[in-house]
Amino acid sequence: MSLLSDPRFAEALSHLADYLGSHLRVSIAALALGLAVSFPLALLARNRPTLRNLLLGIASVVQTVPGLALLALFYPLLLALAALTLRWFGLSFSAFGFLPAVLALALYSMLPVLRNTITGLNGVDPGLIEAAKGVGMTERQALLMVELPLALPVIMAGIRTAAVWVIGTATLSTPIGQTSLGNYIFAGLQTQNWVLVMFGCVAAAVLALAVDQLLAFIELGLRTRSRARVGSGTAAIALMVGASLLPSLGSSPARYAIGAKTFTEQYVLSALISERLQAAGLSATSRAGLGSSVIYEALKNGDIDTYVDYSGTLWANQFHHREQMPRAALLAALQQDLARDKITLLGELGFENAYALVMPRQKATALGIRTVEDLARRSRDMSIAGDYEFFSRPEWAALRDAYGLAFRTQRQMQPDFMYAAVASGEVDVIAGYTSDGLIAKYDLVVLDDPKHAIPPYDAILLVSPKRAEDHALQDALRPLLGRIDIATMQQANLRASGSDADSSPQAVARWLWSRIAK
Amino acid sequence: MLGPIGRALALPWEGEQRASFEIAKGRMQPTPLISYDRVHKTFAGPAGAVAAVDDVSLDIAEGEFLAIVGSSGSGKTTLLRLANRLIEPDGGSIRIAGEDISCLEPVALRRRIGTVFQNGALFPHMTVAANIGITPRLLGTAPKAVAARVDELLDLVQLDRAAHRNRLPDALSGGQRQRVGVARALAAGPRIVLMDEPFGALDPLTRDTLGSDYRALHAQLGLTTVMITHDITEALLLADRIAVMRSGHLVEAGTPAALAASREPYVAELMTTPRRQAARLAALLPESGAA
Repeated sequence: MSLLSDPRFAEALSHLADYLGSHLRVSIAALALGLAVSFPLALLARNRPTLRNLLLGIASVVQTVPGLALLALFYPLLLALAALTLRWFGLSFSAFGFLPAVLALALYSMLPVLRNTITGLNGVDPGLIEAAKGVGMTERQALLMVELPLALPVIMAGIRTAAVWVIGTATLSTPIGQTSLGNYIFAGLQTQNWVLVMFGCVAAAVLALAVDQLLAFIELGLRTRSRARVGSGTAAIALMVGASLLPSLGSSPARYAIGAKTFTEQYVLSALISERLQAAGLSATSRAGLGSSVIYEALKNGDIDTYVDYSGTLWANQFHHREQMPRAALLAALQQDLARDKITLLGELGFENAYALVMPRQKATALGIRTVEDLARRSRDMSIAGDYEFFSRPEWAALRDAYGLAFRTQRQMQPDFMYAAVASGEVDVIAGYTSDGLIAKYDLVVLDDPKHAIPPYDAILLVSPKRAEDHALQDALRPLLGRIDIATMQQANLRASGSDADSSPQAVARWLWSRIAK
Repeated sequence: MLGPIGRALALPWEGEQRASFEIAKGRMQPTPLISYDRVHKTFAGPAGAVAAVDDVSLDIAEGEFLAIVGSSGSGKTTLLRLANRLIEPDGGSIRIAGEDISCLEPVALRRRIGTVFQNGALFPHMTVAANIGITPRLLGTAPKAVAARVDELLDLVQLDRAAHRNRLPDALSGGQRQRVGVARALAAGPRIVLMDEPFGALDPLTRDTLGSDYRALHAQLGLTTVMITHDITEALLLADRIAVMRSGHLVEAGTPAALAASREPYVAELMTTPRRQAARLAALLPESGAA
């Protein structure tokens, strides 16, 4: 089957206008802001060694921060700022998506622009600067007519480097709520859809190259003093930005935003919610691939309208409770916590996606291990693997302390590879998720937790404060409550981890609804 | 008085050049055009403050061609740059046509004075025409008038209009570049031209031609020229008067004849050099001496 006739390719293509447009908008805005700040700073700093070293030092430090972390840092920073402006001026702004992405990316673009502008200007022959003064130019005229034109190739090289960096790094703005070509990559990585990953990478690369070449064309125009070249190059970039605005202009403003975290189940559930809303005649858009810490704040601030979270996650990570409670009591307590943030807990979907220690059925039977208690007696000779956050989560500390677990080795892994690793015996136990379809696929067994060290993880539907009275939304979602059992969700997740046409989140969501509706 | 080279060359404007030069001489005013009065300038060096120009007083008459001679570090470049306020003095005053230049706007002052820089210092991203027309453009002259003026100047420095107008400096020879440099300095019709080692980097033949061509222009246009050179022979051949600088001091200033008679040891030593060279050259090239 050729790539072009692959249904996953067609699906990827259907999002291109939206993702590419958003990606371009955020990149160009960040570049423009970065330029507007760093260019005057470079002019100011070039003859002031202290300021110059300070600026270049700061810009270099910023550059060493991984792009993902820098973007993630801007979200809480802006949230705090928005809270302050609300208190002081009664004005707030959205700390979600576009703004933090633009600010972080602009900061990221500063180093090459600063460094190249300063280097370029300092590289101009001092004899020519003296000649510029000598023929009667003011300092400003000397800068505009002699220094900048001569430094232009070096400055433009800096701008082009910044453009390529920003367009590449913008793919990482998906987890803070900015739609970008990164949506392909994050979704593809989670659902093991390599066509989607490739599609995102290639699209970002093509965009970066196109902008780079346009900038090169403008540079050539500036150098040859060809207004036609500069004009058409600038017009081409303006046209790209204009075209990227078109899709969002055509959309109605009243649509609902549905959040999803960065794993398969969340993609499926957000597709399911989206489908329910559309069935009820409400337009919906998906904000997928959001970080765990970002998504709750985004709901609280009304940047998204609804999403599915898990009771234990909110209990331990969001509200920092340490005490353990049975399922129903925890939900009741959680509802009060949520009410303080004016968030509506619409109800449970019916299944739990809990962390659980998982091992191959055969091995467990052979060793006589049924519970975590049994496991603790042998853990000293065993190895365990968990996802990137598990070992730093309170659940792991609780589990470890309750049963006295001490493993020989402890490894972090991409969740999708964990199950294969434990099935093949590469590790002995994994911290898996109870709703994961791969548990059934690899014939693994979930160990009992008799001391209830791990809190319950009921999947719950949350609605944002601004939709608290929105009955149309809530009525459309209610049919989902209590209708998805663990076996159904496991099957759905297993389907979604496949690599055929039926494995897209939308297709799985349709399948899931057909099961629920029965 | 024309230099010997100027006399030997049959220049197209020989006649009028002589006439205008005589007129300029005749108009010479009692007050000098440029006047340095006890000027002092100190720079911070790695080993403490260095007096680059130390208590220098020097008058330059209108129409005069003055050469400032000295080895590198003697303060001759500083002295020149003080005249158009590329450097500000620490003490003393400089007057041009009776006006204290510290009271003039530096940018306006520089637009009124033509400057020829070492190696031309043409702006490499501008065409020959743009380089030449730069000062009139800065003064707000209309583009058409600037273009006409550029053509006039190309004629004046003996560069073919059509062949050179739109070329970039990199495409020119060293001699052509310095001709453009001279044209650029003359573009806004200055009375004063400052030249900083203008012909230093050129081959001897080009240098000789360019020097005498400029000498002719100086006379033809009634300019007042101050030229820096480290080459006493060049100074003797081109200038009416020579100022000798050494370690920031003005050792002596005078006509070639006056300097030749000087008892000052450095000046005397300096003046014997061209004679010694001429004698050796005469011995090496007897037939050249006969011609």
